[in-house]
Amino acid sequence: MPERTGVEVRLENLQRRYGAVVALDDLSLTIAPGELVALLGPSGCGKTTALRLLAGLEDADGGRVVIGGEDVTGLPANRRNIGMVFQAYSLFPHMVAWENVAFGLQMRGVGLAERKKRAIDVLELVGLSRFANRYASQMSGGQQQRVALARALAISPQVLLLDEPLSALDAKVRSRLRDEIRRIQLEVGITTLFVTHDQEEALAIADRVGVMQSGRLEQLGPPMTVYSRPATPFVADFVGLTNRIQGTVSRGSVDVRGATIPLVDSSVPDGPATALVRPEAVSLVGNGEAQEGPLIGTVIAVAFLGATSRVTVDLGDITVLAQLPTSAAAEHPAGTRVKLALRPDPVLVDSHN
Amino acid sequence: MTIAGAPAITTSAGRPVGGRRLPLDWLGAVPFLVYVAIFLFLPTAIIVGGSVLDANGSLTLVNFAHLSRDYIVKTTLNTIGLSAVTALAGATFGALLAYAIAVGNREGLVRRLTLSVSGVLAQFGGVTLAFAFIATIGPAGFLYLWLAEHHADIYAHSLWLFELPGVALVYLYFQIPLMVLVFLPALDGIKPQWREATESLGGGTWHYWRYVAGPLLAPAFLGATLLLFANAFSAYATVNALINQGQPVISQQISGALSGEVGTFEPGFAKAIAVEMVIIVTAVTVLYSLLQRRTSRWLQ
Repeated sequence: MPERTGVEVRLENLQRRYGAVVALDDLSLTIAPGELVALLGPSGCGKTTALRLLAGLEDADGGRVVIGGEDVTGLPANRRNIGMVFQAYSLFPHMVAWENVAFGLQMRGVGLAERKKRAIDVLELVGLSRFANRYASQMSGGQQQRVALARALAISPQVLLLDEPLSALDAKVRSRLRDEIRRIQLEVGITTLFVTHDQEEALAIADRVGVMQSGRLEQLGPPMTVYSRPATPFVADFVGLTNRIQGTVSRGSVDVRGATIPLVDSSVPDGPATALVRPEAVSLVGNGEAQEGPLIGTVIAVAFLGATSRVTVDLGDITVLAQLPTSAAAEHPAGTRVKLALRPDPVLVDSHN
Repeated sequence: MTIAGAPAITTSAGRPVGGRRLPLDWLGAVPFLVYVAIFLFLPTAIIVGGSVLDANGSLTLVNFAHLSRDYIVKTTLNTIGLSAVTALAGATFGALLAYAIAVGNREGLVRRLTLSVSGVLAQFGGVTLAFAFIATIGPAGFLYLWLAEHHADIYAHSLWLFELPGVALVYLYFQIPLMVLVFLPALDGIKPQWREATESLGGGTWHYWRYVAGPLLAPAFLGATLLLFANAFSAYATVNALINQGQPVISQQISGALSGEVGTFEPGFAKAIAVEMVIIVTAVTVLYSLLQRRTSRWLQ
């Protein structure tokens, strides 16, 4: 494969409406050359619309799309030099794998021998050269999506767009292909926008994650930051699991059932608020038998997740999730009384409850 | 901690409980098979058997030799021409109508209405259809009279409604709706992602139709056209209601040979003509099935 250098992509104040529905509300996003940004959000948040506007498959009502310094807002999709992988069923069913991959080269007037050679090369990149003569119906879902990725890359695009490419696959294939996409993206060095509603996928694959809601970008940052320092209650709720526990804000910290936890944003006014506490910040510090207190409760469920387990504790008025190493969780089977401890990591509070 | 799965239910010998059962799934098809046997295979066998017998019941191939009579060759060619023209025209206009429906709202009233109407019209034929046309644009039809009053005499040169061009027009009345019904599933199978993929790969509308949608739809279109051909080729009542002089299509020749109105009463010859028609329609139907199978593999 030839060495490729990514280009910068800028979405500037993009707006898009469908009748009365606002799909994109002044969205601005800059993707650095060679960077992989994942747009994450619930259905209808505008992430796919943003991708389609970037691809040129839809027209914006306002704003600009700039690729590599060139304003492409008015350019049709077939003149933007963008590779795109769709959710599923996008391979041409009457063409074998190499013909699918070579299709974009055919559109560019590349001769048959040359485009077949290049198609096989790109299939090699995705590990499917031996499937070159198979039809889509003769390949698994994961193989089809790898061929779709090869087809998108074969035209040496400036930008790669991935529209929920893993959502139709089973969990094991999804995880493997996710890593494969990341490996290839890094190898090729192409600027990439990845759209997904799966937070685990977004956090695992992206250099930066953008969380969207109602056509706006709620937060854009590295996966670790988005997860551990969510900018808004929506991000805290949407990314990862969050315990919502009533507390009282006082002078830059929140008192939660007797535990004092610092705030991410110390400017929150004093008064009642809901603290958003991650399950990893909750631990079981000992036996709660014969004790009473606001953080004493009964284990009602233990979910085995592999290396960690998620323990659900009933505190009487609320239930709280704690994520622990499985060995620690095994000491507290369902029915046992436990005492909780809240790690004093800075938390967000939602004062609009 | 591991969670053991539920054990499979097996006998001590590891075989399924209850032993082997006779497969009975085919029982559901019995009524259909009986129906097909009585109303398709049995009549076909009688026709084929009768076509190789002479008036005395002796084996002969003379009935098939008579198929080379000039008027039979001419009416066979007439019928093939009429069927081909109405199949091509019906397929073209029907495909355009089906496309208009396919790109519209799938849950919309227009689609549901058009499909319902097509379902009815595709079955509308025979004397009632001929009468509808005669009452509308026949020499005493209200539309013809209105046109004639406004200096547009559509029969100024000939009374073409009662000739093959008129038959072709009437056939289109059921050929176009039939095409809509047969071709629409193929159009519905075309995924919007294929067009978008074509565009993102640098292709335009022409490339999409030339390299993607065209090749995908071509077998379905050809197959549907063949079905329309067979539909027109085997029609009898409609053409007979419009043209009862001269018997220009092959199905009428069967009637003529059986009634003895045109020549002698020749039941064996009538059956030979029917066998000829069966062979042509069977060949067309087999081709249609092959093309449909290819299409359905692509457009699920």
